[in-house]
Amino acid sequence: MASRNPARPLSPHLTIWRWGPHMLVSILHRATGSGMATVGAMLLVWFLAALAGGADSYATFVDTFTVESGGLNVLGYIVGVGLTLSLFQHMMTGIRHLVLDTGAGFELRTNKLGALATMLASVMLTALFWLYLGIK
Amino acid sequence: MRSGTSLGRVRGLGSSKEGAHHWWQQRLTAGSNFLLMLWLVVSIARQPAFDYASMRFWLSSAWVALPMTLLILSVFWHFRMGLQVVIEDYQHDESRVVALVLLNFFVVALGATAIFSILRIAFGAAA
Ligand code: HEM
Ligand code: HEM
Repeated sequence: MASRNPARPLSPHLTIWRWGPHMLVSILHRATGSGMATVGAMLLVWFLAALAGGADSYATFVDTFTVESGGLNVLGYIVGVGLTLSLFQHMMTGIRHLVLDTGAGFELRTNKLGALATMLASVMLTALFWLYLGIK
Repeated sequence: MRSGTSLGRVRGLGSSKEGAHHWWQQRLTAGSNFLLMLWLVVSIARQPAFDYASMRFWLSSAWVALPMTLLILSVFWHFRMGLQVVIEDYQHDESRVVALVLLNFFVVALGATAIFSILRIAFGAAA
């Protein structure tokens, strides 16, 4: 904006506040949502387009994330675990958002416990997902 | 636009009258995302194999192609609105307009590719 006065004081910003679980999950919700919307969406569409394109294009997609024997390679694990963890974290903080929207859960203790619970749940669901894939 | 103080420039304009609608659609798609992403995670976990033939067979079923199309619509609309808020928080002036235009291009181009790919498999076109 052309005539904003840069000398005006700003409201106290990020650097001034003590970190707590509620801040962490707030920024995690944004980071995971933005990550899935960019990296996740492009990978999902690559998968769909490669599959529609035929055996060769699908092989290119699969080879990017796997080793010869068929297991995931390092990139496969980073992307796979990263996206599932992001999804479950965003899903849990998303549900927390909907609860907070009703006006519930703003007492300090409840709010902190709820924030911690989203992170515990997302790590457990991610572990569960990969364990199930591994042993089934 | 007129210069002057920040307040002076917006006084009398009122709100853009889009906020509540945007907010509500973000919640609505949060609900549909929740159901559709659960479906996707469970489907992937229960997949017997991920080779070309198995995945084509899987996606050619109407019971997979349809929820997958709905998932693309719901998730893409949800993150189209979500990223708009993120952009509006961090980008100002001209760069905001450029970013919002690019966001729309990104969502439409990627979404169209996704749905075209799903339908191409579902309607049984040879690769
Ligand atoms: C390290 C500290 C902080 C981080 C990382 C952070 C991050 C975020 C993020 C990512 C959002 C958008 C996501 C959401 O709506 O949940 C947000 C929203 C917001 N933050 Fe912060 N924030 C911090 C501290 C603060 C502080 C100290 C205040 C106020 C004094 C504040 C006030 C707000 C407000 C009013 C919103 C909008 C809420 C809404 O529209 O629902 N934030 N913050
Ligand atoms: C799994 C079920 C999901 C639920 C329950 C959910 C819930 C929510 C909610 C309630 C918000 C609004 C937060 C606010 O107003 O500050 C939101 C924002 C957002 N969501 Fe989701 N979401 C889900 C899935 C997804 C997916 C799959 C993506 C991306 C591919 C995504 C991307 C985003 C983005 C980019 C935002 C904006 C973040 C921000 O403003 O900080 N969401 N989500």
